[in-house]
Order: sequence, then structure tokens, then C-alpha cells
Amino acid sequence: MKIGLGERITGRVFLVLIMLMTVLPFISIFITALHPSNTVPQGFEWPDDPQWGNFIEAFKVANMTKLLASSSYIVVAVVPIALIISTMAAFAIGILKIPGSNILLFLFVFGLTLPFGGIIVPLYYLERIIGIYNTRLAIVLPLIGLYMPFSVFWMRAHFVNMPVEISEAAKMDGASTWDLFWHIHRPLAMGPITSLGILMSVWTWNQFLLALVLVEDPSQRTMAGALGAFQGHYATNVPLLCAGTILILVPTLIIFVIFQRQIITALLQGSVKG
Amino acid sequence: MPASSKTRTSSTTTTDSGTMAPVPSRRFFSFRKDSREKTRGWLYVTPALVMYAVFVLIPLIMSIYFSFFRWNGITPMKWAGLKNYIMIFEVPDLLGTIVNAFKLVLFFSFIPVALGLIVASIVHRVASGQFGEIVRTVLFLPQVIPLVAAGIIWGWLLARSGLINQILGAIGLGEFTRAWLGDFTWALPAVGLIGIWVLLGFCTVLLLTGITKIDPALYESARIDGASWFKEFTSITIPLLRYEIGVCLTVTVTNALAAFDIVYVSTAGGPGNSTSVPGIQIYILAFTEQRIGLASALAVLLMILVLLVIIPIQRLSREEVGK
Repeated sequence: MKIGLGERITGRVFLVLIMLMTVLPFISIFITALHPSNTVPQGFEWPDDPQWGNFIEAFKVANMTKLLASSSYIVVAVVPIALIISTMAAFAIGILKIPGSNILLFLFVFGLTLPFGGIIVPLYYLERIIGIYNTRLAIVLPLIGLYMPFSVFWMRAHFVNMPVEISEAAKMDGASTWDLFWHIHRPLAMGPITSLGILMSVWTWNQFLLALVLVEDPSQRTMAGALGAFQGHYATNVPLLCAGTILILVPTLIIFVIFQRQIITALLQGSVKG
Repeated sequence: MPASSKTRTSSTTTTDSGTMAPVPSRRFFSFRKDSREKTRGWLYVTPALVMYAVFVLIPLIMSIYFSFFRWNGITPMKWAGLKNYIMIFEVPDLLGTIVNAFKLVLFFSFIPVALGLIVASIVHRVASGQFGEIVRTVLFLPQVIPLVAAGIIWGWLLARSGLINQILGAIGLGEFTRAWLGDFTWALPAVGLIGIWVLLGFCTVLLLTGITKIDPALYESARIDGASWFKEFTSITIPLLRYEIGVCLTVTVTNALAAFDIVYVSTAGGPGNSTSVPGIQIYILAFTEQRIGLASALAVLLMILVLLVIIPIQRLSREEVGK
């Protein structure tokens, strides 16, 4: 390796600068959050008297306990159902190869690039007709549907690469279709299923548009949706807004630090496949 | 999980395009299909298909249907033919949203991908160990937070008394300070900057993963010949990363054209219509102005637009994989 010391140092200094630019916004809102409520501080100025109480106040006014519960409810309702039904569909398409598999696959893949904004208006009217508008189901059910193209595509990519011998051997031993799915292929697919689960949890937690349009009550929304409403109310109170934003970021950042390897891998594979 | 994730990664290498194609290959087993098995197989697809049909396909058809009518959401719908579509092309503010979406592509897509390539290649060259891991993690942070939060954070940084102006003042560029998001000329680039911040880490990490799959011998022989960073970058990294660059472009371009969260929170399309994009305009037309037909026509155009832009990118990056 012939890389000069000079280049090594220049390169690393550049990387440190880039990292600094990435982190600086977080530090800035953290410092701002410590300023007295209802003041307009300078962007980067340590307060004389740090107001740690802002976080407690933001916790109360943002109704954080309720928000955490609501977001968790939505994630817990969406992710397992979406995982099970998409894995079953991908199994039927990729392993059983039921008649019409290619058409089905095309139909699902067709939805891959669909912007949520493209169907949000009819979704609103549809939900009014069904009667789920302004409930948590208003977010849960469409999200499950909207995740189908990606999840079916993703799981099928796994199943299609499984050696034929596995299914043949099981069939020889007299396994039923359900046995083949639940006892043989599901355990072998736990890797991609886990990645998919992480991905969908992050997407759901961060979902904004559906929450904004389909649920009026912020305490029934996702974290991101609630943050939008919080901003609407406290736009002029910068320190409190920053404190609230940090509180809403903390759960995501903790999860990221714990699962960073899986999250990065999942997000990358997700985009490579999508 | 780690073991299977490894096989996963290797199945998406640049040479292995077979796994990406939607056509199942011959070697895969298919069951003898008696009629009972057929019905049973369909039972497995049905739940997913029903959810997809009810909450995606039906709304999609409704969007297309609504787009041919004048409707305020309450009184009976009136047939309008193509008038809504014609209107989008005739009213500058509506057509402007599509123009703005393409301007955002520059910031959300081209800059993060270009910068990501540079950062990834530098990490690969001078920071392969622990330090590289830290760079990866830190740059990825903005990708996991909600876009709404990114919008709020930057809304404050770009405000009149925010960090950006403070930095400009500190380095003697005080006369350039302004309320960036409230400025007719600068609001769009300012929103673009938020996009760069969010997407740079994603592009860097994705491209870095691609670089590590390139045969290290290529880099070693280049380095033995004393190749500079730039030479290595243009003759090895860029040509061999075409597939990953294609993926990056696909994801970021979709993000740009369908942008909503960041714009809604940071500028809501303003000042005037200077940062309005289709996503925002659809929302305003449908839920503030009650012009459902017009909103739906714009929604249909947005969906067509995304397909028109994505398909060629996909084609290009896949063709090059085959070579």
C-alpha cells in the first residue's frame, strides 16, 4: 500500500469535517433546548443557566407517554401482520409457484415505486366510507397494504434462492403445504424476515403523511405525525420545540445504536432489492 | 441472522444479476399441481392480495377516476374530461410544482450521490478500520430519524438567528445572512440542503458496501503503481460501482419527486410557491381548497412521472451489470 502520510491526514481531516457537519445540527438543537422557554437564542451559544426542565415540560405538553403508546401500538399492529401475510404470499409465488405467479408478482412489483401522495386523497374518502377514518386503524390498514409490494418482492427474492432439494425432501416425507411453510421454510427465512421487520418498524414509526391526513387527533398518531402537530403548536417557542424534537428522536436513536448493524444492512439490502 | 445476511449480501453482487430479475429460473422446483394444491396455494396469497387491492389498487383506480371530474368532495361530481390535466399544464403555479420537483432532484439525488462517491472512496482509501466504522455510523444517523424531525431541526438552523447565519457571520460573510427558508431565491436550495444532509449517509454507506465487493487486487495493483486517489476513483471505483450508483439514484430520485415531509415542515411550499412540490400541492388542493379532481390529476401525473424517470435508470444500471 503506497498511500502517503500527507494524503492519509488530509483524507481523515475531510472525513472528520463531514462528520462534524452531520452532527452539528443535533448539537445545535440540544443547546437551544436548554435556553429559557419562549426566548430566541443564537444558534450556537451555551446558556448561562441551562434549563433542563424544558425536557420535562416538553414531555408533558407533547403528551409523550400517550404518544409512545400510540406509536408502539401502530408498529405492533402493522409489522407482525404485514410480515406473516407477505411471507405467505411470497412462499406461494416463490416456492409453490401457483398458477398465475408471474402475473401476481408483476402486480405487486408494480406498486414498488408508488408515491404515497399518489393515493392519499382517495384513501381519505375510502376510509370515511369504511368508517375507520380518525382511528389508529386508519394508519394501520393502509400501511399493511402499502408495504405489500416491497415485502412480497423481498421475501420472494429469498424463497426463489432456496435449493429445490429442501422442498422435495419435505414433500417426500409427506409434509403438507402448511408444514412446508411453517416448519421448514419459515425458520430458514428468519434472516430476511428480521431485516424486513426492522425496516417496516422504522418506516412505520417515521410515517408522516398518512398520520397527518387520516388521523386528526395527534395522540392517535405515529411519532412523526405527532411531531408535526407539536411543531404547529409551538413553532414560536424555539427552545421548547427543540426539546420536544429531541425527546421524539431519543427512542429512534437508542434503537439505532443498539441495532445499527442490522438496521444499516436491512436498509441497504432493501434499496438494492427495491 | 449474521450468517444469512451474508448470503443475502453476496446474492446482490454486481455480477449476480440473475437474482434481481423477476423471471424465475428453470432450476427451481415446482410442485405437481393437483387442483387441491392450487386452491391451497391461492389461500396463501389471498390475505396479502386483499390488503394490497383494498388499500392500494382501489385507491389508485379511484385517483384516476376522480381526475376526470370536478368535485369539491360534497356536491355531486361533474364530468370534466381532460380539463384537470390541461389546467395543470396551463397554470404556472401547478406546472411549477413539477419543475420544482426536478430541481429538488439535483439536491436530493445528484449531489448526495456524487458526494457519497467521494466520501466512500476516501473512507476506503484512508480509513478502512475502526475509524471507517465510526464514519459509517455517524453519517447514517440522519437517515434513521423521521424526515419531519430533520425538517424541524433545519428549520431552526436556517432561521435568521440560526446556526448557519451565525457561522456565516463568524467567517466574515455577515452580509449574506438571511432567513433562508423565507427567501424566494434561496428557499429551494435551502430545502435541498436538508435533503443532502439526510441522504448523504445513505448514499455513502451503500456505495461503500459496493466498493468492498470490488476485487481488492485491483486497488492493490493500482496502489503499487502509485495511482493517486483521483486516478483510482475514476478508473476503478466509478466504473465498477455502476450498479450501486443506479440503486442510489433510484432511491434518491424517488425521494425527490415524491418529497413531502421535509417540505411540509420546513416551508409548506412557500414563500409563494417557490418550494411547492407535487406532494404538497396535492395536499393543499385536496384538503384546503377542496378541489379533489385537480388534486387527483396531479397525483396521477406524479405517479406517471416517477415511473418515467425510474424505469430508464433501472434499465441502464442493469444493462451495465450484464456486460
